[in-house]
Amino acid sequence: MSTLTSIPLKQRLAARGYDGLTLLCLPAILFLLALFIYPFLYGLVLSFEPKQGGMFANYQRFFSDSFLYGTIGTTLWLALPVTVATLLLAIPIAFRVRLMKNQRLLTTILVIPITLGTVLVAQGLLNYLGPQGWFNRVLMTAGIISSPVKLLHNYWGVMLSLVITGFPFTFLLTLSYLSGIDPALEQAGATLGAGPWERFKNILFPLLLPGLAITFCLSFVQAFSVFPSAVLLGAPAGPTRVISIAAYQAAFEEYDYSMASAVAMIMGLVQLAIVVVVLAVRGLLYRGPAGGGKG
Amino acid sequence: MTINAASFRELRLDRLSRDFGTHNALKDVSLTIGKGEFIALLGPSGCGKSTTLNLIAGLLPATGGGIWLDEKRIDPLRPEERGFGMVFQNYALFPHMSVNKNIGFGLKMRGVSKAEIDKRVAEAAALVRLQGQTEKLPGQLSGGQQQRVAIARAIVVEPPLVLMDEPLSNLDAKLRLEMRAEIRRIHNTLGATTIYVTHDQEEALSLADRIVVLRDGQVRQVGTPDELFFRPNHLDVAEFMGFRNKVKGKVASVGDGKATVTVGDAQIGGWARTELAAGAEAFIAIRPEDLHPVAAGLPGLKAQVVSTEFRGREFVGFARMADGTDLSFLAHDKLTPGEAVTLAADADRVLVYGNAA
Repeated sequence: MSTLTSIPLKQRLAARGYDGLTLLCLPAILFLLALFIYPFLYGLVLSFEPKQGGMFANYQRFFSDSFLYGTIGTTLWLALPVTVATLLLAIPIAFRVRLMKNQRLLTTILVIPITLGTVLVAQGLLNYLGPQGWFNRVLMTAGIISSPVKLLHNYWGVMLSLVITGFPFTFLLTLSYLSGIDPALEQAGATLGAGPWERFKNILFPLLLPGLAITFCLSFVQAFSVFPSAVLLGAPAGPTRVISIAAYQAAFEEYDYSMASAVAMIMGLVQLAIVVVVLAVRGLLYRGPAGGGKG
Repeated sequence: MTINAASFRELRLDRLSRDFGTHNALKDVSLTIGKGEFIALLGPSGCGKSTTLNLIAGLLPATGGGIWLDEKRIDPLRPEERGFGMVFQNYALFPHMSVNKNIGFGLKMRGVSKAEIDKRVAEAAALVRLQGQTEKLPGQLSGGQQQRVAIARAIVVEPPLVLMDEPLSNLDAKLRLEMRAEIRRIHNTLGATTIYVTHDQEEALSLADRIVVLRDGQVRQVGTPDELFFRPNHLDVAEFMGFRNKVKGKVASVGDGKATVTVGDAQIGGWARTELAAGAEAFIAIRPEDLHPVAAGLPGLKAQVVSTEFRGREFVGFARMADGTDLSFLAHDKLTPGEAVTLAADADRVLVYGNAA
């Protein structure tokens, strides 16, 4: 009977969850297309149109020049320790803050570095960590060191500034994942005889781990794309010549946009590879709700 | 059955108090609980019953008084050092562990060997009738099954005391009746000592050996279900136990455990449940099922019918007295709203409470 199948299109769409409201997605889709998808595809195509040589000439050049492919290692050597360090810092602080009644003040203080931006933090650190800065002066006055520690224009300056600017983000994410765990679970653990360490190891940490994996990915991607602090606080010609500097030099010193696009693509691939590995490991974990029952 | 509750003689709460800022959640609660007893803490929400349970479990520190297990003071101990089993209102099952791992968690924390854990977990699962479900995650179980896991997890360690915080409040009516019987069966099988928090007097009456009625952070009455049901010693307790009609009057005479109260132009007789003085204000309390219409002219409470509802065997009536007091009663016949009615109860079924109560 044909009458059975003649349900109006509008109704059939509505049954699948599409109605007038779906149109509200359009601005977001346009936004993504214009600011992300198009530039990405443009860059991808551009990277295969080198100034000279074949289609893959840019990529061949990148992976045959240690001055270029070395930046992958340099950036990873910064971004991975920074991500791990911010996580290791954020976890205990989040555990402490979650128990506090006046979280807001502390959270505000911890979040300020986000609002300052990397350049301002870098400027501040230039003074603070310099040979005449507070940090060295206090240590020298206290007699702990006899000559200033060199923390600027090397690996440590960039590392410190990345930890400072990355921490609030990592901390906030960790705190929100941690707050999502039903406090009754920890209490249940305690009544069953588990001390604080056992409760952390057996209950809280396993439930927090999937969230930490996401936090790790986001923090890592942020740290991997470091640029201002690597230039201002690091040694951009040597130990902190990160991959974004390579892309910058290709684009604005050699005016080779095609090469710069290739570097950007490689940068994206490395980030993607790390994220895929982390998410694959996360896939092996329990990822259900962190609640204790139907509640 | 090798699951047996560890032995002790009694648990004593000694003037136990808990303040939250300026608010007294619990005030000077003293109570002695003997081994093997099933105690229900009963009261409306905010009466301090869950606070009491959390204090006993060690999840909240007391701000006054002490908790004693025989001669040992346990209130300075942390929850993990007390070794009591607790069943939480939302079950608090570990969502990332299988049923087996959940039940075995307490044993693992106590350093019991793997083989022994497997054996005892299997026994506990059998006791709560969960065989065949033990490899699943809690999220894959129904509410009733989750409830059983929570109970098994709490009892498998053979705790001296099992604490239950409104364990049935998240279940539907049918399952609630089923699990109620189950909880009592498990209590009897283990010879455990159980403290059970609930706001449902029916649950408390049917489960407990003794009921502790709490109100505003204080103990109102402690007694067997029978005592509480028939002889509540406080107007609040009486209301909670189903004496829903509360009528104000003046004491006419007192004597021999009985009292007569003047309400309007009627003299109502009943049992005096508190100290009463002739001439003082008093309240009479009557269950709706004991209050019936009588012929006009007989002594009783005068009221106007508001409505009647058919309940199969009889009608439940609602009426309002001239002073605005609402009454509910049972009637054999349907009454018309607006009709004048005289309601009376057997003097044996009427309780009288002083105004100060």
